[in-house]
Amino acid sequence: MPAFTQLSPADREEMLRTIGAGSVEELFGDVPAGARFPRLDLPPELTEMEAGRHLAQIAGDNVSVKDWPCFIGGGAYNHYSPAAVSHLMGLPQFYTAYTPYQAEISQGTLQAMFEFQSLSCELLGMDVANGSVYDGASAVGEALLMAQRITQRERAVFAGSLNPHWQAVARTYVSAREVEIVSSEVAVEAGQLRESRLLDLVDGHTACVVVQQPDFFGHIHDLDGLAEAVHERGALLIVCVADPTSLGLLKTPGAWGADIATAEGQPLGLPLQYGGPWAGLMACRGEHIRQLPGRIAGQTTDHDGRRGFVLTLQAREQHIRREKATSNICTSQTLLAIGITAYLSLLGPSGLREVARQSHAKAAYFASRAPGAYQVLTPPPFYNELLLACPLPATEVRSRLVGRQLLGGLPVGRDYPELEHGLLLAFTEQNTKAEIDRLVEALEEAAA
Amino acid sequence: MIADPLPSPGPARTASAGDGQGEGAPLAHSPVPPAEAGTQPEPLLSELSSPGVKGHQLPVLDVPEAELPDTRFELKLPEIGELDVVRHFTHLSQRNYAIDSGFYPLGSCTMKYNPKINEDVARLPGIAHIHPLAPDETVQGALQLIYDLERLLAEVTGFTAASLQPLAGAQGEFAGMLMIRAYHLARGDTRRRKVLVPDSAHGTNPATAAMCGFHTVAIPTDSHGNVDLDRLESELDDTVVGLMLTNPNTLGLFEQRLLDVTDAVHRAGGLVYGDGANLNAILGIVKPAEMGFDVLHINVHKTFSTPHGTGGPGAGPVVVSDKLEPFLPAPAVVRRMDGAYALDFDRPRSIGRLSYHGHFGILARGYTYIRMHGAEGLRQLSETAVLNANYLRSLLRDVFDVPFDRGCMHEFVLSARSLKAAHGIRTLDVAKRLIDYNIHPPTIYFPLIVDEGLLIEPTESESKRTLDTFAAVMRQIAGEAAEDPELLTTAPHYSPVRRLDEVTAARKPILRW
Repeated sequence: MPAFTQLSPADREEMLRTIGAGSVEELFGDVPAGARFPRLDLPPELTEMEAGRHLAQIAGDNVSVKDWPCFIGGGAYNHYSPAAVSHLMGLPQFYTAYTPYQAEISQGTLQAMFEFQSLSCELLGMDVANGSVYDGASAVGEALLMAQRITQRERAVFAGSLNPHWQAVARTYVSAREVEIVSSEVAVEAGQLRESRLLDLVDGHTACVVVQQPDFFGHIHDLDGLAEAVHERGALLIVCVADPTSLGLLKTPGAWGADIATAEGQPLGLPLQYGGPWAGLMACRGEHIRQLPGRIAGQTTDHDGRRGFVLTLQAREQHIRREKATSNICTSQTLLAIGITAYLSLLGPSGLREVARQSHAKAAYFASRAPGAYQVLTPPPFYNELLLACPLPATEVRSRLVGRQLLGGLPVGRDYPELEHGLLLAFTEQNTKAEIDRLVEALEEAAA
Repeated sequence: MIADPLPSPGPARTASAGDGQGEGAPLAHSPVPPAEAGTQPEPLLSELSSPGVKGHQLPVLDVPEAELPDTRFELKLPEIGELDVVRHFTHLSQRNYAIDSGFYPLGSCTMKYNPKINEDVARLPGIAHIHPLAPDETVQGALQLIYDLERLLAEVTGFTAASLQPLAGAQGEFAGMLMIRAYHLARGDTRRRKVLVPDSAHGTNPATAAMCGFHTVAIPTDSHGNVDLDRLESELDDTVVGLMLTNPNTLGLFEQRLLDVTDAVHRAGGLVYGDGANLNAILGIVKPAEMGFDVLHINVHKTFSTPHGTGGPGAGPVVVSDKLEPFLPAPAVVRRMDGAYALDFDRPRSIGRLSYHGHFGILARGYTYIRMHGAEGLRQLSETAVLNANYLRSLLRDVFDVPFDRGCMHEFVLSARSLKAAHGIRTLDVAKRLIDYNIHPPTIYFPLIVDEGLLIEPTESESKRTLDTFAAVMRQIAGEAAEDPELLTTAPHYSPVRRLDEVTAARKPILRW
């Protein structure tokens, strides 16, 4: 009997009799005879105990952020998550439920989605939000497609300081369309990163301008006037946030005039998990709601007049609209959205502000202590990330830091070849002063 | 045949349970028996907030304070203590139906048991807390898991290569169709714009084709529940990109002329995309690659037992034949000569990136599940899923209409059209009445081609006793439809809320507090 099944031999016999079949094999008569019951060359099955041991061994071959101090960011951040968050995501009536197709017995999911949407709107300063998309990267891709639908234009302008992973994923999303994507130039001038003017790239065919705030290198841009200028040219402004803890202190995408805002939800209490599952936050101005992809929960009343929640505006979605849908997205990341909602409830306004304040202060402390052979290229103001110019290739520095048991940042040379010596370092409230001092010391040694 | 006494509909809720809730209004305080957890309304987080209450502790800042500009004016997050946050979400979870609490025969969704060991391994620090941009030398275990899982999935399906990057089935479809597109373009074959999709297909198929810049043509289903081969052939010309095919199809039937179908598409120069939604029926039974599929996506959250998480996360790896391998998403995980694993970004013909390394936390669960089965276990698993479905079908075929009367695979379709004709009872009413018996309704009104359809998938997880109970309840509901149809049209009666006003929700959307 395979694992996790519950039929006794007698059950099987009786069931076959009821069906009128002589054997289970008979049930597969429609399968082409020549291909039926192939040999599978798989390793022998493990019991639960053996599987647990095997996976522990695999996990043991990885260095987790619990093992070594982590200064890697670049779109995923090692913030603290209160213990309650993972326990609440682990409630079986959340994680073993599915899409709330039957609203009457899915009120927990639907209300949590509604709460998540409300918090997304508050955090991003936008009117309406969906119940999440896969992650921050796919959110950028979906936002790009959404802007194209709204403006009926095809061209996109990316800030060069938009996370290169997001840029790559967004390019995949629109790769089957004749879309021209142009990016502003990022270069080092007088010891600091400089970016060419975005507005020079905008023309009458531009659907959207996509910027990251704070940007990939940690810099906080002054976006004053950008939205107005973009709107004057008939395009939309998309503002994307990599580490939404920054919104504990910083002006929201909505306040900067964004038409669509996205964020990676991972920093809001979700484990890193080598890249997922996370959740993408996606919100927009009210007038664009019918172009927003993904699931949306809405408040309504039941037959007896009680408050309840349903999936709504489904005429946007693939199961109704098929080829005319706003997206092919079918799942949402609701379980992760529940985790984010729990995180934001536990942190509250004071907690999120404190996380932002501490994350920034740790980065500022590092900047003030950076060894002389290195140079901080990210111009002020910055949030919790900095690009450091190293005296040798950044990949080499990283290897030396690994030798000192430090997850010491992200070399950016693969995406920015002219920044081969650039090492991107991120700081959170979890990085203690002692860890940062260790990093400074190890960087000094690496340069020696 | 019925092992247990028939369950009776759930307990009546207290009469005043719903009174007084609404925009911040005080809740009614009615006594509630413990068995009715989840029936009480739960306030919104915003309604639980009290200024100054904190649900967290953070250490004192150990470095000098540093000021940030642009401080936002206000941040209206709820202010709630940890216990009340925990209770809030616990109460919400109690207002959900879930696999762990009852039978969930939601067709096409494969709501099988989610083994607890999966959750334990996914929480190991070396799985849960590794950074996607960590240096390869510090994540050798993760890269090995990805490398090995790709090979396991390829072996099970008969393909030669895989990518685990797609984050869900729909993204797997997107990756697959982009690869097919890239294949045609690489051969200079630029005229192909037409994607054929059976009319029984999931909505994601045509939506995906549209995202790839193609238009779709629906192929009808014949009277035996197969793709109408004549109609298919009449659409096959040199503009055909390919066919998107789910097999077994969404009627739970195995295409009886599958090899003729895939041959015909190939003869026209098209490729065959396999939607792996129904892979649970054929593990160790047949390899899709050996039936003419060129690419297949796999729903790890269906076939390989990872939790559905109230609607996500999924995971949608793609497996491909040799001819599509160069186009797989990049980076690929490779094993170097020295035995070390590494990420290979040098994939010039790749369709690009979809994610870092897929939903790794989900993939680790799926890997665990496959390793716990082995070849024989996987085959027995599919056999049991098909046995359970055929058994249930046999128990119900005289109660409801059977639109396609032949042996099914892991799921089957019934129709309530006779009930509708005789008593004005729709499938929706049957579904809502099932809720009163504490059973999750099957998928309803899908596939679209079945009038008043119910798509029922019991999975291999369920015991005979559960199947017998379900059949008995369905029989009882059919009886109720004749005797007291209003009982069904006003159902559910015992759920946390009654039928909800979806029309007003869409007309006057309230999407946030």
